[in-house]
Amino acid sequence: MEADKNFVVGIFDDEDVLLGAVKKIRDAGVKIHEVYTPFPIHGLDTALGYKMSRLPIAAFMFGMTGTTLALTMMFWMLGVDWPMIIGGKNFTSLPPFIPVTFELTVLLAALGMVGTFMIVSDLKPYKKPRLFDIRTTDDKHVMAIDLAKNTSFSKDQLNGILSEAGAEEVNEKNFD
Amino acid sequence: MSIEEQYTFSPEAKKRLAITAIIGVVLVIVGIVMAMAGGGHGAEDGGHGVNVVSDRALASADAEFASAASEEGGHGSPTWLKRLYVNIWINNVYFIGIAIIGVFFVAIQYAAQAGWSAGIKRIPEAFGYWLPIGGVLTLVMFFVAGGDIFHWTHTDLYVEGGEKYDSIISGKRAYFFWPLTENPGFPFFYVLRMVLYFALWYWFFMMMRKHSLKEDIEGGNQHWYKMRSLSAIFLIIFAVTSSTSAWDWVMSIDTHWFSTMFGWYVFASWWVAGLSMITLIVLALKEKGLLSIVDSNHLHDLGKFVWAFTIFWTYIWFGQFLLIYYANIPEETIYFIERINSSNYSWVFYFNLIINFVLPFLILMTRDAKRHTRFLKLICGMIVIGHWFDFYLMITPGTMQHDGGFGFLEIGMALVFGAGFLYVALTNLAKAPLIAKNHPMLNESLHHHI
Repeated sequence: MEADKNFVVGIFDDEDVLLGAVKKIRDAGVKIHEVYTPFPIHGLDTALGYKMSRLPIAAFMFGMTGTTLALTMMFWMLGVDWPMIIGGKNFTSLPPFIPVTFELTVLLAALGMVGTFMIVSDLKPYKKPRLFDIRTTDDKHVMAIDLAKNTSFSKDQLNGILSEAGAEEVNEKNFD
Repeated sequence: MSIEEQYTFSPEAKKRLAITAIIGVVLVIVGIVMAMAGGGHGAEDGGHGVNVVSDRALASADAEFASAASEEGGHGSPTWLKRLYVNIWINNVYFIGIAIIGVFFVAIQYAAQAGWSAGIKRIPEAFGYWLPIGGVLTLVMFFVAGGDIFHWTHTDLYVEGGEKYDSIISGKRAYFFWPLTENPGFPFFYVLRMVLYFALWYWFFMMMRKHSLKEDIEGGNQHWYKMRSLSAIFLIIFAVTSSTSAWDWVMSIDTHWFSTMFGWYVFASWWVAGLSMITLIVLALKEKGLLSIVDSNHLHDLGKFVWAFTIFWTYIWFGQFLLIYYANIPEETIYFIERINSSNYSWVFYFNLIINFVLPFLILMTRDAKRHTRFLKLICGMIVIGHWFDFYLMITPGTMQHDGGFGFLEIGMALVFGAGFLYVALTNLAKAPLIAKNHPMLNESLHHHI
């Protein structure tokens, strides 16, 4: 069976039930593809066993790129390419460069972080969103289980596990 | 997990603090003897070769006065005594700052209706008991050593046509001497402000403490509401008095110089040092097995506070430095020239930036560092020491000029004050339950999760 195509989808109404269900279902050995919720649920990421995001590391790298870029740019422009006397100061001196360095550091860190996040989360423009259930945009929580990744369970077994864990509705969803 | 906890100030801890204080006193005595043996030369030759400042205008006085002072051997007291006074003043201002930050921290939590800090609020609360001691010490020190610390106290500066007449300081005399502006003698307005700061701060602290302790017995929400009102009023008062006290106690040493950022600068320094002190005591209590309700989430919040305000301090530091650097007005730049171009203080100037910004900024940046006690303890300890140096750098160059130094006297005095402060804080921490069990937001603190 091909991965990322055929899913069993459980609909949950209450976030506390959902949190309990995530724990129960993972304990049963089922691999959860993803949980979609209309609002952030505290503790869901730990319940799903997500690892710490590495986004902060990326942000630091982008920030350092900004720092380096700003300092190189200003030292080259005002020290090498076109030295100018401003306010009777040296051609190149650190204090007046600090604000620009700070701004570029923050700018590159922020833009880089947004870009990285969009790439990692597969949020490119014109991407047609894949909705497991339209009600996740309103008031229902949706748990998707990839059939291809849970071959040790039958479809009926998964339905049973989801219903037992508190899903008020269990559907099937196939993407082409 | 228990919310019925009681801290006891054990005899061992008392002994350790006493030993620290005794070591401090011994170091102070050694330092005084060394200063007596080596002192006085600055007074005789009127400046060493290493001293860049002596032939320029000082931030605290004009050039004529500076040379006159050198010939006469300073402001009267011998160098070692002056250095002792200045050291007491540095530590006094620093620890008063940490004490009032304890009150300020509690007030901020109430005004912001914060829940996470409900479990640790007894610790900053205990800091406030240092205020009366600091207040008495400040008044006594001003009357005993005011002439050695504050150049502006010399009344001959205000005699028009006199030999030592200083038109700039004379222009500022109303701020010190009002209502005796025309005939400066007793700095009435200055002393009045000093008394007012302590009276106001201590009154608000006592009121907040009273409600806090009553809440333990009576319960209910009414004390929380009263605390919130008190906090809001205190914050307004502290917004003004933190700035003016910084001008009075620190900036007026360099009477010629002024900076509009200075009140904020001193506040930022106090604030981050106070936050670090709170965090250190929380960590120490946790190590003893107390404060079981405080977990890595609360520590993370404290760590974020410390980290954020090291950056805030640096921002203020740089805001003050950059404007003075750019404007390049001699009477303003002299303040930094005295510090950077002096063999006595230039290392402190750079050390100050490294220990208070570079290291905390890089080490405490990650989430894990803020949640793990080892890093947090390292950085908070560094900051408490680092901001002592910040105050050293604000106060010493203007008072000691080229006779200043860093040695046993400085270390010893800091140990004496540190031990004294901790003794007072811990004694009063032991007098009340460690956790405010009827705090309406304690439950939120118990379930705090970030």
